[in-house]
Amino acid sequence: MTKESKRRAARKGGPSPIFIWLRRSLARTIAVVAAVVVAVFFLIRLVPGDAAKMILGEYATDSDIQAMRTRLGLDFPPRDQFLRFLLQVLTSGDTGKSLVYGVSARELIFRRAPLTLLLVGLAAVLAIVAALFLALLAATHKDGPLDHMIRVLPAISLSMPVFWIGLLLILVFSVKLRIFPVGGVKEGLGGLLHGLALPAITVALSQVPSLVRSLRVQILEVLDSDFVVTLRAAGLPSRRILFRHVLRSSAIPAVMLLGVNLAYLMGGTMVIEQVFGLKGIGTLLFAAISNRDLPLIQGIALYCALAVVLVGLLTDVGAGLLDPRTRAKP
Amino acid sequence: MIGRSPRPPLRPSGGRPKTPPLWIGCSMLVLLAVPAILAPWITPYAPGQQNLSATLLPPSRGHWLGTDQLGRDLLTRILYAARTDLSVMVLAQIIPVCTGVFLGMVAGYFGRGIDAAVTLFTDTVIAFPFYLTVIIVAFLSGSGQRGIYVTFALVGWVVYARVVRGLSATFRQQDWIAAARTLGYPDLRILLRHLLPNVLPQAIVVLMTDMAALLVAIVTLGYLGIGIMPPTPDWGTMIADGRPFLSTKWWLSALPGLAVVYTGIALSLIGDGLADRIRRT
Amino acid sequence: MSGPASIDVEGLELSARSGRKLVTDVGFRTYPGETLGLVGESGSGKSLTLRAILGLLPPGVIQTGGRVERRGRCAMVFQDPVRALPPLSPVAALLTEVVRCNRQSTREAARREAMELLASLGLPDSLRREDRYPHELSGGQCQRVVIALALARRPDVLLCDEPTTALDVTVQKQILGVLERLQRELGFGMILVTHNLAVAASLCPRLAVLKEGRVVEHGTTATLLRNPSHPYLRMLIRSVLPLPRLEGGRHP
Repeated sequence: MTKESKRRAARKGGPSPIFIWLRRSLARTIAVVAAVVVAVFFLIRLVPGDAAKMILGEYATDSDIQAMRTRLGLDFPPRDQFLRFLLQVLTSGDTGKSLVYGVSARELIFRRAPLTLLLVGLAAVLAIVAALFLALLAATHKDGPLDHMIRVLPAISLSMPVFWIGLLLILVFSVKLRIFPVGGVKEGLGGLLHGLALPAITVALSQVPSLVRSLRVQILEVLDSDFVVTLRAAGLPSRRILFRHVLRSSAIPAVMLLGVNLAYLMGGTMVIEQVFGLKGIGTLLFAAISNRDLPLIQGIALYCALAVVLVGLLTDVGAGLLDPRTRAKP
Repeated sequence: MIGRSPRPPLRPSGGRPKTPPLWIGCSMLVLLAVPAILAPWITPYAPGQQNLSATLLPPSRGHWLGTDQLGRDLLTRILYAARTDLSVMVLAQIIPVCTGVFLGMVAGYFGRGIDAAVTLFTDTVIAFPFYLTVIIVAFLSGSGQRGIYVTFALVGWVVYARVVRGLSATFRQQDWIAAARTLGYPDLRILLRHLLPNVLPQAIVVLMTDMAALLVAIVTLGYLGIGIMPPTPDWGTMIADGRPFLSTKWWLSALPGLAVVYTGIALSLIGDGLADRIRRT
Repeated sequence: MSGPASIDVEGLELSARSGRKLVTDVGFRTYPGETLGLVGESGSGKSLTLRAILGLLPPGVIQTGGRVERRGRCAMVFQDPVRALPPLSPVAALLTEVVRCNRQSTREAARREAMELLASLGLPDSLRREDRYPHELSGGQCQRVVIALALARRPDVLLCDEPTTALDVTVQKQILGVLERLQRELGFGMILVTHNLAVAASLCPRLAVLKEGRVVEHGTTATLLRNPSHPYLRMLIRSVLPLPRLEGGRHP
């Protein structure tokens, strides 16, 4: 069969390929979600010795410890513990009441989530834009001095701890130049964006190097494709080809890449919240840790993982939908 | 720019650039490691030696990098922290590399069910943001060096598993493995004597860049106060110590960070150099 | 042969970055309105020669000798039509864009011209109403779009790199027919690259045969086929399977 008749056949019958692949993505996602829930449950088992004792400290009495065990549901047999946990998560999306705040973990998390989400979103957008720009620059000047410089960047920035970058940026922009606040957010939308600018830039900076590395390779592949020669031969100016066609082809893989990198982005954001004193989930986590608030810690772990998995699924599906090639007409 | 005829070549035969990243990287590492190892003998101060009348001094002849808020010599502390951080970095990799390579080989070689199980495993671990896991696990299993070892044993194997799995799956299709199987070699033997040696070089390249990431994680944990605990000197805790003095004595936080970056670059270069070597064979 | 040559290639030498010579001492001329066939098997350097004429050598290939002179505009038709088109651009919009860039006209004028081009290439009118992506078109339709793109440049010479190789046999005939018709209507010259001697012989009054980067035969088709001197050309002629004589059927 020539390529031509194969294509003709594929266009005729069979279930829409998009559904098969959607089904598979969904099944895989559900499996991972289930595994995540199980993993979160087992987090408590990590504690060497008695979890209740660790929480209460050295000077706790036996009755205190026993009370805590009951509170945490640790006096049930292991299998029941797991079932209770599962039930709780499935029905109320909760991992328990915070030991310190007395409120359900889910509520606390949702209250603090918007700020973190905003920060992650800002950082993501900045990272993608910067990475695309640098990658385009490097790819179009391949093997030139600019390319080499841009290729060296990842090696350097990957070794820079994100909090250290944050501190340096604070030093330069907040202390010396006084453009941005040293920490915290002020009132109103303007104040919010102003306060989030430097943290977002910091997190974006930490992701840009690895994004540039992958994007550069992808863009080079696109630049080598047949259709670029066609467009060039058709008389389209280089700049137009670059920005309209090459960029369009590279944007989808760029977004997918970001979806994959989201986990790192989120982790970096949480650390940066601590550096800049922002009231998001990151600082909630640190508070939970110093308070040894196990249910809250579990809740944060659960929701973060779920967020990563969800975004992964969305980018997968989204990229597939956006690419007209997978959209089969009925 | 695009699709255009390139200019005439500068060299008759397109040779590759002559810079040897491997040697640069190794020498950089040696340049740091040797003083660090010899620190107890070559530093005039002890890392914990406080001198409360000489706090927060700028660089001078007596203190090449100045002193911190307790009058401790900065250069000495940086070198001692190198000892701690670098040794933890290396030791913490042992278990993840072994388990990761093993799981990867098994998943790639046997395929099917085992592969699906291992992949589910890796996907689950990846779902949790790296620093989130590191922070939580390090804390829960008791902070300090022990926490670090446990954390990376649990989380660090994923990178190796993925790379090795891909390689193993590819190798499995190839003739030399098929030949070994038709000869009736038991699977274990094939894994150990045929697959492993061919998977290892690539794994070592990943090891280098992963160690840089590991170092950053160790230092981050130290900064957050749940990693290596004082009084053991650590670059992370040093950066945290310097935070209150950021506007005036910024080098207290900047210099330890620079040390981390330096090490990371050295490891990166070594990794790149090794990768080149492998590609050429 | 009338007037100065539209394409004049002399002593062309193309090398890979490693120094290996891909095309050596290739030379030929085409005149306005004329069709030249470049025949040879894969790897003989014919596609690279076309690219050199266009001025768009692939990365890793450099012109290390000889000269290429173009008098007039060139456009190219490619081998794999589906891959030659940007996958994310609907074809009518793409054609409009190309017309606009070549003509500096308004969007409406460009669109009108694009639609005319599509019609003249025999593409269905439904494209006017609903634009389509390359992967939604058949191979033959894609190739017509590629030809349309090339013609949008109003070229004086059309360079065709194996324009029918990736297509089904019936479609091949159609495309060749389209090319022939358009050449008659618009009067452009053509250089047709193919490994199929029969195709070249039917369309091109003059041929150049390439083998391993060199021209081994060059002249009018009729003369070459009657008295092939180079053994390679003789082998090519022999390898063209003659159609079996059918009872009462037409002689090929």
